[in-house]
Amino acid sequence: MDTFLDAFAAAFALIFAGDAALLQILSLSLQVSLSAVGIAVLVGMPLGGLIAMRAFPGRQVLIVTFNALMGLPPVVVGLAVYLLLSRSGPFGVFGLLYTPTAMIIAQVILVAPIIISLTRQTLDALWREYSETLSSLAASPAQSLVAILWDARFSLVTAVLAGLGRAIAEVGAVMIVGGNIDNITRVMTTAIALEASKGDLALALGLGLILLLVSVLLNLFGHGMTRFVANETVQ
Amino acid sequence: MTERQNTTEGPILPLSLHGVGLFRDGKRVLKDIDCRFETRTEDAPGKTFIVGPNGAGKSLLLKICHGLAPPDEGRVIWSGQGAKDPDTVKKRQAMVFQRPVLLRRSTQANIDFALALRGVPRSERSDRVQAFLKQTGLSRLAKTPARALSFGEQQRLALARALAVEPELLYLDEPTASLDPASAHMVEDLVEQAVTRGTRVIMSSHDLAQTQRMADDVIFMHRGRIKERATVLDFFNAPRNDLARDFLDGKLLWWRRRSIYGSEGEPCG
Amino acid sequence: MRLRSGPNAWRRLLTGLALVAMAITSLGFSSFPAWSREKPFIILASTTSTQNSGLFRHILPLFTEASGIEVRVVAVGTGAAIRNARNGDADVLLVHHKASEEKFVADGFGLERHPLMFNDFIIAGPGADPAGIRGGNSAREAMRAIATTKALFISRGDESGTHKRELELWKHVGIEPRSASGTWYRETGSGMGAALNIAAGMGAHILVDRGTWLSFENRQGLKSLVEGDPGLRNEYGVILVSRDKHPHVKSKEGAAFIAWLRSKDGRAAINGFTVNGQRLFTAIE
Repeated sequence: MDTFLDAFAAAFALIFAGDAALLQILSLSLQVSLSAVGIAVLVGMPLGGLIAMRAFPGRQVLIVTFNALMGLPPVVVGLAVYLLLSRSGPFGVFGLLYTPTAMIIAQVILVAPIIISLTRQTLDALWREYSETLSSLAASPAQSLVAILWDARFSLVTAVLAGLGRAIAEVGAVMIVGGNIDNITRVMTTAIALEASKGDLALALGLGLILLLVSVLLNLFGHGMTRFVANETVQ
Repeated sequence: MTERQNTTEGPILPLSLHGVGLFRDGKRVLKDIDCRFETRTEDAPGKTFIVGPNGAGKSLLLKICHGLAPPDEGRVIWSGQGAKDPDTVKKRQAMVFQRPVLLRRSTQANIDFALALRGVPRSERSDRVQAFLKQTGLSRLAKTPARALSFGEQQRLALARALAVEPELLYLDEPTASLDPASAHMVEDLVEQAVTRGTRVIMSSHDLAQTQRMADDVIFMHRGRIKERATVLDFFNAPRNDLARDFLDGKLLWWRRRSIYGSEGEPCG
Repeated sequence: MRLRSGPNAWRRLLTGLALVAMAITSLGFSSFPAWSREKPFIILASTTSTQNSGLFRHILPLFTEASGIEVRVVAVGTGAAIRNARNGDADVLLVHHKASEEKFVADGFGLERHPLMFNDFIIAGPGADPAGIRGGNSAREAMRAIATTKALFISRGDESGTHKRELELWKHVGIEPRSASGTWYRETGSGMGAALNIAAGMGAHILVDRGTWLSFENRQGLKSLVEGDPGLRNEYGVILVSRDKHPHVKSKEGAAFIAWLRSKDGRAAINGFTVNGQRLFTAIE
């Protein structure tokens, strides 16, 4: 019980001191995870939309595969990316291992299936409703895709927040491909793991509380934004 | 009759169907469809109505003409030539469905969307949107979410969206079927106005009184075939086809030729 | 109903999206490595126990100040650190298991092994001392007593330097504890800190290096029971990864680092690192 109280104390102390190391680690966490989610959205949302809209052989297999990939263990993804980016691996020449770039790559792999599957599911229903009308209006596939992505934007925000939650909370992948290097690749989750392994449980928990707070703020921002936009346009 | 401005290479009418057939789920739903829709002129009809019992294939015929479904047999020919670029042809047409499907946006955004798809420049769009909102009595509801409109208002919006693109050919699939009388009346008025402006209208209807009031010529369909086509006067006064006669007598609402007073009538699906 | 309009339109859309995706991702990759390219740097593969002790935080800034070279530490278990170095993912290797280090050099992956510093292991355990080993000066006898009394023992089980030393101790007294794995002998497959957390939580014995022990803050009821046996000496070696197998290795900077570590300044820095007034590592002349 004391540890929990110490954790709160540690968290407050860090926040109010504006601890520079904390800010650096926090900002790296956000940069890595937001970048990963951004890339996953740019690639994954149109892909999810296309799968929803078009019939093609193997469509069901693809849907089931992406659903399954949502449960990829982060540490497995970390290992796979490590093997790919290691100097002894196929992409070693790029020297990406132990950099934030490697961490972003790993997180994109983790987040993309979530974005793709949830987008597909949301747009499936919408497409069934709209497709005849869009065809009648002579909308091209690109125009149709944009129209349903836009009309579904509120549900899609939830998908994005789900992806962001997954990214910012995982430690297995970023630990292996990032190396938890002080000032370079240390993020909140790897810092928590480090403090826990040093036995400083109060600090570890405190960092965890701060991470949770940041997560809550991000979600509030996401939902708040959709409500704000909704006031002007349509629910 | 006002001059129609054609932004593409010329009018898309006349439209003719040759031997068109269609299957759905392995079952034949249209057979041997041969018909022709001429360009609108002083003498040529402006409003063709398609009538027939449920399941006759009225909606499917409209969809094939509009290009929403490709025929499994036969050909669809525009302007007497082969198939033009299907999208160009489609853009000269518009359709109003029995149940309006509106985007999850405001009323005016729905019309704006259709115009934007046509490549109408932004400056011109807002004027046209407002004009057609006014014409359909929806100006007051311009910013309201389309889904919040009453059914009648939604159908008027669907019609506004169709009219705003100034189509050469307008299809309507039983547009007043579920409307209250006031909205139905307004829809009919709007269709008449469109015809006056030069739009060719092909409309399916369950309402024989409406057909008699509005149609110039009538196509009667039964179980996937065209059984008769005649001017409205000829069709109602002297139908040549037996089935058409039964239909007008109210005997053909059911699948089989039994009187509605008979003991074994079944409603069509 | 699925859209079945012109196949060209779909292919165009798909190609367009693929191009956008590639553009974005390549943009991302091109700018990110730039984050880390401010100073020349080397990657040091080392162990979690060394890092957790806090040694690197103390000595590395001194080296960076003197040389302008940044040292990035990737700390994993000894086995993993050696594997990383073999793969060429590190420039310098610093671990604490002589036999493995010598094999690394013999296999041609490292230039030369330099003994760098030493500390010692201790055997920690519950304050109640169920195996009766407190104050003893023979590590081997203590291990034997633990096995005999079947007292709880946590093994790291992760091929680390600590783990290998633990196995050597068991071997010396002719005990094969892994046959009892899951009963009094528990293998966690984890780093030193995580294993210590578990030992503290369970009240079990554990072999731990002094550096980690002194800086570990979650001891709960654990105490140091056996220490000082020369057999518990823990020696660290540092090796420059060879360019023969991995031409990209930063030999110049890596060699500069090793030279500094073995220099007067480096040794002073190592010796000067204390926790609660106690020195953790002793530099080797």
